Amino acid sequence: MVAPVAVERLKLEVAGAREASRARAVDIQSLGEPYLWALGGALAFGCLMIAGFLLLVAWNGVVTFWPKPIAVVTLADGRKIAGEPIRSELFRPGPEVLAKLVPDQRAAIARSDGFAPRTLYRVANYDLYGDDFLWVTSFEARSVEQPPGMMLFERLEWGPFIGTVKSLTADGRQQAPDLLGPGELARLHGEARARWQRIREIERGDIGAVNHALEQERLRLRRVAIDQGEASAAYAEAKARLDRRQTDLGQRYEALAAEAKALKDRDARDSVVLADIAGKEKQIPLSAIVRYYAPNAMGWSDMLVVYLSRWWEFVSEEPREANTEGGVMPAIFGTAALTILLVIAVAPFGVVTALYLREYARQGRMVAVVRISVNNLAGVPSIVYGVFGLGFFAYFLGGTIDQLFYPERLPSPTFGTGGLLWSSLTLALLTVPVVIVATEEALAAVPRSMREGSLACGASKWQTIRRIVLPRAMPGILTGIILAMARGAGEVAPLMLVGVVKLAPELPIDGYFPFLHLERSFMHLGFHIYDVGFQSRNSEAGKPMVFVTTLLLVALIFVMNIGAIMIRNRLKRRFAGSQF
Amino acid sequence: MVAVLKAVEEQGTVYHVKPGGAGQALAVEEFCLWYGAKQALFDVTMAVEKGLVTALIGPSGCGKSTLLRSLNRMNDLIDGLRIGGRIAFGGADIYAPDCDVIALRKRMGMVFQKPNPFPMSIYENVIYPLRVDGINDRRMLAETAERALRGSALWEEVKDRLHESALGLSGGQQQRLCIARAIAGDPEVLLMDEPCSALDPVATSKIEELIEELAGHYTIVIVTHNMQQAARVSDNTAFMYLGKLIEYGETETVFTTPKLEKTQEYVTGRFG
Ligand SMILES: Nc1ncnc2c1ncn2[C@@H]1O[C@H](COP(=O)(O)OP(=O)(O)O)[C@@H](O)[C@H]1O
Ligand SMILES: [Mg+2]
Repeated sequence: MVAPVAVERLKLEVAGAREASRARAVDIQSLGEPYLWALGGALAFGCLMIAGFLLLVAWNGVVTFWPKPIAVVTLADGRKIAGEPIRSELFRPGPEVLAKLVPDQRAAIARSDGFAPRTLYRVANYDLYGDDFLWVTSFEARSVEQPPGMMLFERLEWGPFIGTVKSLTADGRQQAPDLLGPGELARLHGEARARWQRIREIERGDIGAVNHALEQERLRLRRVAIDQGEASAAYAEAKARLDRRQTDLGQRYEALAAEAKALKDRDARDSVVLADIAGKEKQIPLSAIVRYYAPNAMGWSDMLVVYLSRWWEFVSEEPREANTEGGVMPAIFGTAALTILLVIAVAPFGVVTALYLREYARQGRMVAVVRISVNNLAGVPSIVYGVFGLGFFAYFLGGTIDQLFYPERLPSPTFGTGGLLWSSLTLALLTVPVVIVATEEALAAVPRSMREGSLACGASKWQTIRRIVLPRAMPGILTGIILAMARGAGEVAPLMLVGVVKLAPELPIDGYFPFLHLERSFMHLGFHIYDVGFQSRNSEAGKPMVFVTTLLLVALIFVMNIGAIMIRNRLKRRFAGSQF
Repeated sequence: MVAVLKAVEEQGTVYHVKPGGAGQALAVEEFCLWYGAKQALFDVTMAVEKGLVTALIGPSGCGKSTLLRSLNRMNDLIDGLRIGGRIAFGGADIYAPDCDVIALRKRMGMVFQKPNPFPMSIYENVIYPLRVDGINDRRMLAETAERALRGSALWEEVKDRLHESALGLSGGQQQRLCIARAIAGDPEVLLMDEPCSALDPVATSKIEELIEELAGHYTIVIVTHNMQQAARVSDNTAFMYLGKLIEYGETETVFTTPKLEKTQEYVTGRFG
């Protein structure tokens, strides 16, 4: 029995102890929330950056091809200019500009802290004035309107033209535009484009085939000369054969050239005279107009048609005008081909290396050193890989291949220079650490009980790896390959040394044996972005193309990743629910 | 306690001589095993008799699994492992340099403590030993699968879902599947390392029934923690303690009239 007083005292003591412990419980370590906030904040910040970047690219990329209205601005001095308004901003006019202004304007500028608004117009007509873009300040512009008759013509050369149709020459007869029936211009333009397409087919395809055949014959002759000497019977025979083929092919060529010439003559009889806002005229062949439209008079659906046709041109055509116009089809193709070849090269190489490291090698100091080296390889600047690829793959390996297999083509290199194959191998080297590390992790994660179960059934080590370990590690391995793929597809610097070029109209795949030409140089979306954005004559014109190409590159990588992830998830589902 | 240990050390193994027997399947002779510097088995000598169920019992860490895994050389996987003595299977030393380990393992099925079905279909799991042998004859594979699944009393439960994932089975079913896999390769010996320790009582009793059924066809060596189980299913029992074989003989004798006090204490559940 405890006395009541003692109980009271005990209660007090307990309460006191509780107070003390409450006073002590301010240690921040014991509170989870601040850390949670920090972690969550970091994540949110990262997500925000990525989302912001994607939104910027997506928005700019998506709106680029939408037809913009054409504004006609009457300037203070009475001149008129016509152009697409690109953007407006505030700027600070310099003293020499201010000096020319009337006091009212000066006062207005002073009221807004020395800033004045101005608008950038794309006035096009580069061939007439030598300028694509023009800034118009608000005090220069007297009035701005959007007359429905203004048209934009996208041309094969000199960029777009903004103006109106003055007259049209159809099959040599000149007609005023108001005499044309509705749709007449469109019909003639369609015909002219079809003719132009046909001329290109003849020149590229048919005449290209003739040239290719002729080149093959010449190379065969040289080959015989190198192998057997110029005095041999085989050489004489090959020479006779070349002569025969030469006359044959010569005739074919003449026929094709004549056909092309006829088409070109016909083409020259259709032309338009365009007039710009100031009345300056310019005559161009009808076939040199890619498309034309009058944006101020168009409804939604017409704009959508133009928009889609521009996108289609972008993904299906070759670039023109120093890559700032036309399409990027060769670059899309090159990027996809490069990435696929990269995966084909990196996957077996990385997986086999990791298999050996993890499953077969004695886990000693040596393996530890190798492992550390592999991990550090991931930190080597990618341009170094480019240098290595150029020196080892292109010059050394490629040079040797040329000497052994293509002596007849020397001194012009076949494999002995940058190309698709060497680029993909260089990127494979660059990304192989990712695959090795991921594969090793995946192999290590396969439970021991699985291996033992298999070995106890009398399976050999290799059978166990092939039938049990690898399938189970496959999702992890694929994750590594996906990471490698994404890294490789976005890499540009090393490619500039080992095979990417500004313009390569010849795709690495075509109809001539052996159909897949891995030695060819190629275009790449990443390099295209750099080229258009920073190497072209007119960075303002290239800017929208930078966004669209970036959008396309991101989309391409996204699609390839989604594909790989879907494969991985299917594999994962097969092994789902495994609890060991 | 100290006295007992002394007795163990001095006396060596106590064998209850057994009349008759269908001959030896496995002969372990003065077998020692070291994990690196640590010795896990000390001079174990015992004969596993053909066609009977031999139980290995003893407290945790006494080397039961080590001995069992030495019988089909599963210990080979461990780095720094050393052995001494001999284990003969069908008269041949399995640790001889010319011994084909893979062929050896094919003659012994093994069932592990935790069910370890492969992440494949039930069917593919069962015929795995045949796949490994490169057998692709469909009829033979199907017949083997059915025979093995009937043998492990699983056929009725899975015959309609042979091509579904084995990972969808319950724990007890998975363990019976592993037994089916072990007998599919038509082995002579079945090694079982506490096959019921991860299972619930119902699944456990099923597996025990199964072991009794299999007993006639295979030589079975089973490690168990469970005295009742050892008493129920085994013909011979080996009691191990601290890496040594203490007492070995007919199960009834070892459980009812053991020679050593230590054995008596363990089988009556006073320690372990
Ligand atoms: N791979 C290993 N490496 C080192 N020591 C081990 C290893 N496996 C088991 N041992 C040791 O060997 C002894 C016997 O283990 P084991 O045969 O698993 O016992 P049991 O199965 O009877 O519980 C234990 O002391 C254990 O710690
Ligand atoms: Mg054990």
